[in-house]
Amino acid sequence: MTDAPAPLGKDLIGLEGLTAEQIRTILDTAEPFKEISERRIKKVPVLRGKTIVNLFFEASTRTRISFEFAEKRLSADTVNISSSGSSVVKGETLVDTARNLEAMRIDMVVIRHGSSGAARFLSERIPSNVINAGDGWHEHPTQGLLDLLTIRDHAGRIEGLRVCIIGDILHSRVARSNIHGLLALGAEVGVCGPRTLLPPAPDELGVKVFTRVEEAIEWADALNVLRLQLERMQSGYVPSLREYNRIWGVTNARLEAAPKELLVLHPGPMNRGVEIDSDVADGPHSVILNQVTNGVAVRMAVLYLLAGGQPEKAEAAKQGAEG
Amino acid sequence: MPDEHRIRVMDEADVRRALARMAREIVERNGGTDGLMLMGIHRRGTQIAAMLREEIERAEGVEVESGSIDITLYRDDLGTVGPRPIIGGSELPRSGIDGQVVVIVDDVAYTGRTVRAALNELGDWGRPRRILLCVLVDRGQRELPIQPDITGRWVHVTRDQRVDVLVPELDGDLAVDIIEIQPEAA
Repeated sequence: MTDAPAPLGKDLIGLEGLTAEQIRTILDTAEPFKEISERRIKKVPVLRGKTIVNLFFEASTRTRISFEFAEKRLSADTVNISSSGSSVVKGETLVDTARNLEAMRIDMVVIRHGSSGAARFLSERIPSNVINAGDGWHEHPTQGLLDLLTIRDHAGRIEGLRVCIIGDILHSRVARSNIHGLLALGAEVGVCGPRTLLPPAPDELGVKVFTRVEEAIEWADALNVLRLQLERMQSGYVPSLREYNRIWGVTNARLEAAPKELLVLHPGPMNRGVEIDSDVADGPHSVILNQVTNGVAVRMAVLYLLAGGQPEKAEAAKQGAEG
Repeated sequence: MPDEHRIRVMDEADVRRALARMAREIVERNGGTDGLMLMGIHRRGTQIAAMLREEIERAEGVEVESGSIDITLYRDDLGTVGPRPIIGGSELPRSGIDGQVVVIVDDVAYTGRTVRAALNELGDWGRPRRILLCVLVDRGQRELPIQPDITGRWVHVTRDQRVDVLVPELDGDLAVDIIEIQPEAA
């Protein structure tokens, strides 16, 4: 028998602090899960009888549906709760909501929350497994993992690869998860965007800073283009969408000037004509829809690894009888 | 580390003779090779299935469909032993399994739980006309009412003995060993 998977522990809060081995375990486990979504009957019974609550305090389409598909394809029972239409609007606290859910005997919580640290806060207070589906500006680990998987699929490796994240790095949990994951697996990471939207001390993160998108494109093997959140404009970080597109937009003209073929990723939803042009989003460099497909497989892998996450027993299984 | 004592119960010639007979039995049971499909259970079952397929193809002069099943996601012990590595994923023959005669091939028949998982997985893939179970070694000690239809050899072992089937691709040898696990001196 091959070695048991590297245990992840009870929760997945972020990619910061995970070892390269743990991240590789998730990516390798995701590989066979891809095939399940291609079957006629897209379902395996491995999480049968587990109850999973998707607790979404912020709007989300892709992530919530992707988690839900992953859960259902593993045969878990799922409940979706969004802040509107729940007792959250009546002023219930996060912990009270979670404790009430626990009282109904649940096994896992997938949480999306506007406040950085909400997922960890919850994970320390309930015995269920907690998976962070995005918390404030902190992390969005499953997005980071699906980006890693997509890059690995297309480039064949991550180590030594140059990946540049373009856009609003400061407020982006996607950027943070990507940076931690890519660095752990030995990639070189660059960030590029308006000064107002870069983190105050990028050197401390261990990333290279590009002040012009043309330089970033010349340097990189892969670009991860972030969504410009339109509310940033109102708060004065960016003067106008047109100007943003003119200076920072990933356009075909700019990609054609690149010395090599680039991969273009985008976590969605896209603002076509702002951070990315339509001909790039739909063009040959784009792996944006592969990211979405991989998202389901990565989430299945995380659910599988956490649901059975008993390190000492996984160890015992290595010795255990086959048959 | 506990001491291991290895006893060879089948050498390469023994295994080859058993496989040749099993291949004939499979064809005989099916009344020919029509609709026949060999599905090996990861990992050593897949290797055994490949050898049986060669035997059948040589004897009958036709091509036989085959595939493999990774039953990891159909196990009943995720909650007690934790996640296991998923080795290969499952590979289904292109034509699907509906209406076919599927022969599940594994190296060792033991508790029957692996076969139960494989039956559930096949049930999710389609509706074969008939399913047969074929194993190289039957070591008994079943925990479920599942019995092989075609068996290479029965061996009598106790629960603290292990049966190792060695295959060329993974172990560089073709043989069956019984491993005596001496408990560590306290």
